[in-house]
Amino acid sequence: MQELITRAKELLSLGMVSRVLGWRAGDLSYNPEPAFFEKEEELGKLVYDGFCGANLSKYMIEASALPGKTLVFLKPCDTYSFNQLIKEHRVDREKAYVIGVGCRGKLDIEKIKAQGIKGITSVSDTGLNGEDEIKIQTIYGEKTCTYNSALLSRCHVCKGKEHKIYDELMGESRETKDAERFDEVKTIEAMSSEERFAFFQKELSKCIRCNACRNVCPACSCRKCVFDSTKFDSAQKANVDSFEEKMFHIIRAFHVAGRCTDCGECSRVCPQGIPLHLFNRKFIKDIDEFYGEFQAGEDIETKGPLTSYTFEDVEPGIVKERG
Amino acid sequence: MYKIRKDDLSALFRKIAGEKELYLPQKIGGQTNYAVWDEDAEIDLNTLKTVKSAKDAFFPQFETLYTCKKEGKKLQVEAESLKEKDFVVFGMKACDIQGVKVLDNVFLSEPVDSYYAARRAHGILVAMACHEPEESCFCKVFGLDAADPSADVAVWMIGEELYWKPLTEKGEALTASVQELLEETEDAEKKVEEEQVQIRKIIDVLPYSNLSLEGWNGDATKDRFDSPVWETLYKPCLACGTCTFVCPTCQCYDIKDYTTANGIQRYRCWDSCMYSDFTMMAHGNNRNSQMQRFRQRFMHKLVYYPANNNGMYSCTGCGRCVEKCPSSLNIVKVIKAFEEGGNKA
Repeated sequence: MQELITRAKELLSLGMVSRVLGWRAGDLSYNPEPAFFEKEEELGKLVYDGFCGANLSKYMIEASALPGKTLVFLKPCDTYSFNQLIKEHRVDREKAYVIGVGCRGKLDIEKIKAQGIKGITSVSDTGLNGEDEIKIQTIYGEKTCTYNSALLSRCHVCKGKEHKIYDELMGESRETKDAERFDEVKTIEAMSSEERFAFFQKELSKCIRCNACRNVCPACSCRKCVFDSTKFDSAQKANVDSFEEKMFHIIRAFHVAGRCTDCGECSRVCPQGIPLHLFNRKFIKDIDEFYGEFQAGEDIETKGPLTSYTFEDVEPGIVKERG
Repeated sequence: MYKIRKDDLSALFRKIAGEKELYLPQKIGGQTNYAVWDEDAEIDLNTLKTVKSAKDAFFPQFETLYTCKKEGKKLQVEAESLKEKDFVVFGMKACDIQGVKVLDNVFLSEPVDSYYAARRAHGILVAMACHEPEESCFCKVFGLDAADPSADVAVWMIGEELYWKPLTEKGEALTASVQELLEETEDAEKKVEEEQVQIRKIIDVLPYSNLSLEGWNGDATKDRFDSPVWETLYKPCLACGTCTFVCPTCQCYDIKDYTTANGIQRYRCWDSCMYSDFTMMAHGNNRNSQMQRFRQRFMHKLVYYPANNNGMYSCTGCGRCVEKCPSSLNIVKVIKAFEEGGNKA
């Protein structure tokens, strides 16, 4: 962490960047927030630990409009989102100085609490050099849990620890993948249509229409979302009937299809724990099968499967054939 | 005071639900929230905080106000009927009880909101003391006592038993209706006092219990509104509505029409000051930036509301925003940021 601060200070003082986009230490031991730092003395609060799950690439849309370059710290999976945003002309590569930071997977505080750990007052080092066992001081005594048991679900199906875009790299990564990316999707595909409907109905009926999934999503970067429009019946604030909560999420999934990098932010931020990434991952799996394997954000040139045409593309009738 | 074994609680809930609608915390899809009891309900009284507060029982996120139907050239307007039957909300913590008091000041003052008033008239509140408060809690800052919540009935979960104390006429009536399941007990006062001492001991060492509200009051409008602190503070905010929708006191709503083929359904739903069309008027919107909308939320809770309600804050320290904000931003960080800035404009 100190090396990140030192390097950021250096780049600021050399005038190579005008500001730094990173994570600022929170007031609890597990709640850092995304933050812009403009002065060297502010950088003392920069933090990079296991709780820095937030993907900073979307904040670069705002930073691209500011004068000068912004130093941004991107984790391997964040670089996919950043590439995709470059491809969609939403961020300016020239306005960014990217430091690719190593990653050992990021933590989900809910998974720590689910182990009965509450009243947390401090957490041992969860940075890149931290131990596999996390020591947690609580009002109710000292507790421990393994780093692996508290990983965000997305880290178990990590796309790899290679940064897809960077100006320089810092910190060693540790592998976290221990499950297959499409296994969850396959489980749902194996359900009967009634079971599947019941599954999604149960999950989506928890939705409170807070829009956190949409607002955090790097692929959802429309200046004005249709669900924010006052001119249509696509009200953003309530599920007027049981269909509407599904409509919101399904429309969103369709809109980001072919562009979603599977960064998993939607599921990370959902206050009701809805596994929203499943919709997107199903689309990714289908696209892989229909148009050939494709990973959004892998680079900044390749045309997306749904925005290019080849003679090998499946016919629309596949939907009927496949059922 | 009475007691009942925890093992017998399902009988108690079945008995209450046999006569009245019963809302209580249940685990649904992995999350604990208030919902109406049924035989298959997975009741969860151990999770300290439900994701959403109990606010929905009195001020639901969505409710139809009336329906207009068109038949030929006839237009029929059907008003939604008001709540007519008693219902019980079981397990509300001190912070959520206080949340209802905050809503009362808004909805029960003239002009009285008849939908809300009907629910309040028929609602019976059973408050539960917080057995093990957590680090995101700060109700003490607002003068609440999580060890001694006040409602129609107060209950404490101690060991294998639940202690039950009616506090109002409504509470006495509810107690009478389940009398056969409750056991009158002599050691109760002592047990409850011990539990209260324990709870308060924990609350005293919670990280947010000493949070200072200095500078936040009904007279601080000018000082706080113009502060440069907001300019940097709001930056991580995603402009989602999570904080407002999990909050026990957020009371802003929007009224909209849902159009069907032969009529409309006029409904109201919670609004969020974080949303771009919040308080949109014919001339446009008077809060054009996220900074302004973000500022609105905290000014309302800590300045405007106290100004209009004899100093009462519109925050109860439940800490849900602390736990749920996707960007880890919350009212505590706002209060602390002003404190760091010397509490000066």
